[in-house]
Amino acid sequence: METFRVQGTALRPARGERRYALTGVNASGNLEVLAERVLGHHECEVEVATAVIGFRELWVAVINEFFARSSPGGLRFSINDGGARPDMVSLRLMQALRLMEVGS
Amino acid sequence: MTDHRDSDGGDWLEASARERVTGLLDPGTFVEFIGPEQRVMSPHLARFDLTGAFDDGVVLGRGRLAGKDVFAAAQEGRFLGGAFGEVHGAKFVGLLRTATAGAGKGRPAAVLLLLDTGGVRLQEANAGELAISEIINCIIEARLAGIAVVALIGGRAGAFGGGSIITACCSRVGISEHGRISVSGPEVIETNKGVEEFDSMDRALVWRVTGGRTRYLMGGADTYIKSRIGDFREAAIPLIENPPPFSIDTLEAEHRRLSDRVRVYGECRDAPEIWTKAGLPEPDRVTEVSDDAFLLLPRLKEAGHDAR
Amino acid sequence: MTDWHKQRHLRQACLDKANRFARGKMVSPEDTKALLEAVIRPGDRVCLEGDNQKQADFLAEMLASVDPSRIHDLHIIQTGIVLQEHLDLFERGIARKLDFSYSEPQGAALARALSSGKIELGAIHTYLELFSRYFVDLTPHVALIAAVSADRDGNLYTGPNTEDTPTIVEATAFKSGIVIAQVNEVVDKVPRIDIPGGLVDFIVKSDRPFYVEPLFTRDPAVLTETQILMAMLAIKGIYAEYGIKRLNHGIGFATAAIELLLPTYGERLGLKGKIATHWALNPHPTLIPAIESGWVEQIHCFGSEVGMGDYMAARSDVYFTGYDGSLRSNRMICQTAGLYACDMFIGSTLQIDLEGNSSALTVDRIVGLGGAPNMGSDPRGRRHPSDAWLKAGAERAGGPVLYPRGRKLVVQILETFGDKMAPSFVERLDSLELAKRFKLQLPPVMIYGDEVTHIVTEEGIANLLLCRNAAEHEQAIRGVAGFTEIGRGRDRKAVESLRQRGVIRRPEDLGIDVLDASRQLLAARSIKDLVTWSGGLYQAPSRFRNW
Repeated sequence: METFRVQGTALRPARGERRYALTGVNASGNLEVLAERVLGHHECEVEVATAVIGFRELWVAVINEFFARSSPGGLRFSINDGGARPDMVSLRLMQALRLMEVGS
Repeated sequence: MTDHRDSDGGDWLEASARERVTGLLDPGTFVEFIGPEQRVMSPHLARFDLTGAFDDGVVLGRGRLAGKDVFAAAQEGRFLGGAFGEVHGAKFVGLLRTATAGAGKGRPAAVLLLLDTGGVRLQEANAGELAISEIINCIIEARLAGIAVVALIGGRAGAFGGGSIITACCSRVGISEHGRISVSGPEVIETNKGVEEFDSMDRALVWRVTGGRTRYLMGGADTYIKSRIGDFREAAIPLIENPPPFSIDTLEAEHRRLSDRVRVYGECRDAPEIWTKAGLPEPDRVTEVSDDAFLLLPRLKEAGHDAR
Repeated sequence: MTDWHKQRHLRQACLDKANRFARGKMVSPEDTKALLEAVIRPGDRVCLEGDNQKQADFLAEMLASVDPSRIHDLHIIQTGIVLQEHLDLFERGIARKLDFSYSEPQGAALARALSSGKIELGAIHTYLELFSRYFVDLTPHVALIAAVSADRDGNLYTGPNTEDTPTIVEATAFKSGIVIAQVNEVVDKVPRIDIPGGLVDFIVKSDRPFYVEPLFTRDPAVLTETQILMAMLAIKGIYAEYGIKRLNHGIGFATAAIELLLPTYGERLGLKGKIATHWALNPHPTLIPAIESGWVEQIHCFGSEVGMGDYMAARSDVYFTGYDGSLRSNRMICQTAGLYACDMFIGSTLQIDLEGNSSALTVDRIVGLGGAPNMGSDPRGRRHPSDAWLKAGAERAGGPVLYPRGRKLVVQILETFGDKMAPSFVERLDSLELAKRFKLQLPPVMIYGDEVTHIVTEEGIANLLLCRNAAEHEQAIRGVAGFTEIGRGRDRKAVESLRQRGVIRRPEDLGIDVLDASRQLLAARSIKDLVTWSGGLYQAPSRFRNW
């Protein structure tokens, strides 16, 4: 199993008031993402736990792209991965961010 | 088949545990206990190189159902097959004990168990088995205290293994067409008894024997529920009322009804034989007709009992 | 005096030898092996009906059991290598040479057999090519076919799974060949005559119905958001853009998602009646909601699909059905229809290289080619115009020309990463390694890069028709290759410039929010939903049931 953290900077803080949000499930090909508003306005971070080893570089690329496109300042995303592919990872991160920004 | 808006909450089968429980209860009333942000997770999975779930695969808390205070627990059937592990099981036990003790705002009218489980988590086998036993104990305690404990089954994993025994200890059981209740899984039966005894690849057979429609017609479940979250909500509202008392009389009545079932239908090898014996029309069409048509079918005369 | 009827005389000699096993045309199962040993000669070209779905499995078993000292070195010519028995023929020395098209179920075993030198490979064909060669240089001496029922005159009912049978029989019967059919039952009168008795020499009623693979059923329950996103991109960015009315869908999850989005997303875009009206398509259960919602004018089918029989019989305005009510399929005709009468093919694949060449083979599995290369190619012989075809041709031309030509849309739709995190975009196809290992003259390519007009991934659509040179073509591919090495090796400036020109379009360029791609958009989310949509007419195979 691999666990690692990718830290980044965001141009602006994520909108909304919500403290935390959860999306996805740790099941085959899927992943669970817990977003929490716990960091400074221009900090962002993703913690990953995955049983599929050897793809760290790919995770870093996907996560950095997400930081650059979405600017999720103030948010930490924690992931329990079930072997998801990069497109699913991007999608879940965006879903988690959206939930934090608009609530419900 | 044209309405795709989720005014009825969406499909139960498709939904996550969290979506089920929030869609079941009165809007905005669900308060989660030990939510994912608390990270109360399994201490065992990492040893097996498995990643976990922030809520260890069960979402639980309190809320209201048609204005009545209830507690609810929903298993995430897609995480490790919804199986019971140490933390997962402990959350159930804590919920039931809290309900029975009536701590906080007072005793709830009911505890709703949205089961979706293959049974015990193999990686946490001893803890899982213990938890299930404790859960059963707690259910009995709750029932003795007058709380209705209601099982609602309709997820992909069904209610297997210890989950089926938990179901059978509940005051009431509601199940949908996709739901299943059985102690042994189809593959286990086939492995142990051979494919002639039970062909686990014959999914139509698996559902005929263990599925919601059969359970309902026979009295193994009290309510047959259609497939949307809104349907489960509608079914749950009356199910929490007037639970049968948990007494020696109830237990003996249950033993009698189960003995009768074995006596009358024990030789039957498949559900249509039972329906034929019970005089139901078109026994082979029971699994094929629409939900509405199914609900018009008469149940077996043993089915309308209060012995659970 | 030259004998111009040698083949006819040989045929008669075989029939004479076989007569003692037959009562009229009827042969008992116990005598089948002896029958085959009587009518087949060493070195004969034999077509054993191994279609894409239907298998003459009893006859395959019998042929694999003949005495190799009497029957050997046969040249097997059949579209599908599907059953174990198909390979046993080579293992036992009964057969020596092979020409075929499709072999996915036996992909690994076939690779091993080729490696061990048991099989002399003629070539891997596409369906249409092999059918064509039945009539030119690979005419079968003996055809072993499968039918649902026969009458005593030998008239055959092949039913919904008619598939390759008429083509095989046409080539064999009219060139002095011998046609032997296994049937599920013998009746007084067949429901309809698919093959006239005069073309059939012997009939055997086998002890069990012939085997049919359920191939085209995709469970909506497993469709992912990514596949739904790609389907939305395809519908809005291609189907609507070009006005695609006549089309063929390759089997796959992305195309299943497209089919399930027509009544919802397609409806929302106001596209009903404007796209997806006329189809060359197998009976995909996932098209049921669109059919029921009035999207589909008609469908011609290559073959059938388990569980769809009653539904199709109840929709004769849509499907081709006989006077008996049941489906009539025909693979050769449908392949030709897909080639010439459709404006678009869209399908999936395993690997795409930098030039756009694609393949579904891997180095230890030889799965063949099937019909996709035919569907996924531009028929240069086409002359009738359509709006979609002309528009694509104009994009390819890039400016006014004296002799305008149209272009068929050939779309590859796939996620950037496949199973087990295998990248879909690669430097070199496994086919090259395969060709070297098995000494094939041609590395097997499903669809060549110069045939592909569009690639759709979760990252967007690349329109290769608008690429002006090889460099742009490569960057367009890299520009939709996501986080694969190929994708990460893109020239960012070049890709941005392609995006400005509309050569690459991202979801947001098409007004699609990635987060809108939800399963709620599917008209049916489960096999059960499909059954409900069909009013209970669709009978899902057992493996798909969860009720």
